[in-house]
Amino acid sequence: MTVEVRIPTILRTYTEGAKAVPGAGGTLGELFADLDSRHPGLADRLVEGGALRRFVNVYLNDEDVRFLGGIDTPVADGDDVTILPAVAGGAV
Amino acid sequence: MLIISQEVVDAIVAHARRDHPDEACGIVAGPEGSDRPERFVPMVNAAMSPTFYEFDSGDLLRLYRDLDARSEEPVVIYHSHTATEAYPSRTDISYASEPSAHYLLVSTREADVDEIRSYRIVDAQVTEEEVRVVPALSPAPSSDAPASPSQGVTQS
Repeated sequence: MTVEVRIPTILRTYTEGAKAVPGAGGTLGELFADLDSRHPGLADRLVEGGALRRFVNVYLNDEDVRFLGGIDTPVADGDDVTILPAVAGGAV
Repeated sequence: MLIISQEVVDAIVAHARRDHPDEACGIVAGPEGSDRPERFVPMVNAAMSPTFYEFDSGDLLRLYRDLDARSEEPVVIYHSHTATEAYPSRTDISYASEPSAHYLLVSTREADVDEIRSYRIVDAQVTEEEVRVVPALSPAPSSDAPASPSQGVTQS
């Protein structure tokens, strides 16, 4: 069971520069834990207190997982996961 | 230092003026590793706010897919401050996640003064840099160009 996970530039320090890495898990949370076993520190950049970090967008097959089940979204063999940091800011 | 064309600066300022008093945002894309801001890409501020901007998450995914397909990266990430100076806020710093990008800020607080400043934001450290606006970027180095500059008369 393999899911392809696309890694943004800023997190490629955890993946030895790889733009995409394979992972496994029944949910997004399990997938991130699996990635963290080979790329220590990565999960901490994605998850905080059991939920996705505010600054990170995660897409499952092009769908923002905030509109699915967040960290509990089921993932299946052959799915595509893309991680992108939010582009945001403001005056205050 | 950020070297950017007058045409792109004008487009960024026009976007900021048009969306005032809400913040405007977008990027200028360029070939990966080139540091050349060539392609102006205005984005919708999904927050539609005078104090916050955020790329819509669907737009963000499409943007990065498109950049990937073109072997480009965001060379400049710009946004406007509509009532304060063109300096990165605490929010700007906490969200900044492209260490190789130039973060360009435009302040539209004065109706007739365009305040344009640029920064690197790496590991929450802000470093202001010079902005050099040029009539046009110098020609891109091309892989089939001669290794040394050709001698002789330049034809027009």
